[in-house]
Amino acid sequence: MTHRIFVVIAIVLFGIVFGSVATSYTEQHSLRPLAEGYVKLVPQKLGAPNVITGILLTYRAFDTLGEVAVLFMVGAGVVLVLSAGRRPRAAAHSPEDPRPSSEIVQTGAQVLSPLVAIFAAYIIMNGHLSAGGGFQGGAVIASCVLLVLLAYPQYQLNIEFLSITESVAGALFVLAGIAGLILAGGFLDNRILPLGQFGAFFSAGAIPVLSILLGVKVGCELSVILDGFRPEPVGQKDKV
Amino acid sequence: MVSNTVLTTGLLLILTGLWGVLTHRNILRIIIGFSLIGTGTHIVAVAIGYVKNGTAPIIDRVLNMSEAPSRAVDPVPSALVVTAIVIGMAVTAIMLAYTIRLYDSKKTLSIDAFTESKW
Repeated sequence: MTHRIFVVIAIVLFGIVFGSVATSYTEQHSLRPLAEGYVKLVPQKLGAPNVITGILLTYRAFDTLGEVAVLFMVGAGVVLVLSAGRRPRAAAHSPEDPRPSSEIVQTGAQVLSPLVAIFAAYIIMNGHLSAGGGFQGGAVIASCVLLVLLAYPQYQLNIEFLSITESVAGALFVLAGIAGLILAGGFLDNRILPLGQFGAFFSAGAIPVLSILLGVKVGCELSVILDGFRPEPVGQKDKV
Repeated sequence: MVSNTVLTTGLLLILTGLWGVLTHRNILRIIIGFSLIGTGTHIVAVAIGYVKNGTAPIIDRVLNMSEAPSRAVDPVPSALVVTAIVIGMAVTAIMLAYTIRLYDSKKTLSIDAFTESKW
């Protein structure tokens, strides 16, 4: 009972704070100086029509690099937490031969997964021109992998291939950053490649390249995380 | 006006999530509460970046380069939210992984069963 009272008090206090925030909020009528600088500089200096991608992959690309490092750590953490000393669940819970997924799911996965993969490539490649980019495309790749795993529960992902691809993409991302230090204005500067014509498919310097690397890296990391959640296959003993 | 509505929605989502985290005893429901808090925060951040009559900060036929600084919304919160969504998903994955291990140890999802670290 006292617990309930404390909960209500906490919610009411937070509600008062949030209410004062909501009532005192007024819409901006012009951009703040920092935002105005980004909106002007990204199209002019970087040649990227999408300002947000310009911020993510050039001006604040170092943060993006740190973030994919966080994702990598989460992938490693999930595998570590779920694999160490864990009994094979198949023996304890499910029968020897788990029921296959229904025909609707399998057919749906067969029809949709190539389309989803193409859509992911489109999102990644057009990140500098329209809404999209490496993170979003990588998440779509992972959703494609999830669809396949739902339709074919016995399907074994090639974890080694995913890990190597992800490491290579990460190393190339850092190398592109160091090339920016040598050839252009600083770490992860996109002007190591020619800017090209504004709005064209091959434009905005290294941003499309960085976008592809980021998409591949995020897609691989999320796939490894998804795979970590699956129960261990029948017959495979603990590898501790 | 638009952003006022969106901001209020986001703040209400945060409150709902907080209430869920504090009252529910099932670990999965607590994780859903944390996800609601995260989603509400993202909505609040995007709402704060709105500029009156603004549009997406993408230069195309509708928005040319010279009028962009006066008609685009703030790109900084949008860029932050893109990264925050990915990190939120990662945090949820870690929470779910620990939940699986907790279930393995006690065969229950009730938070009341885990009293070792309670003060």
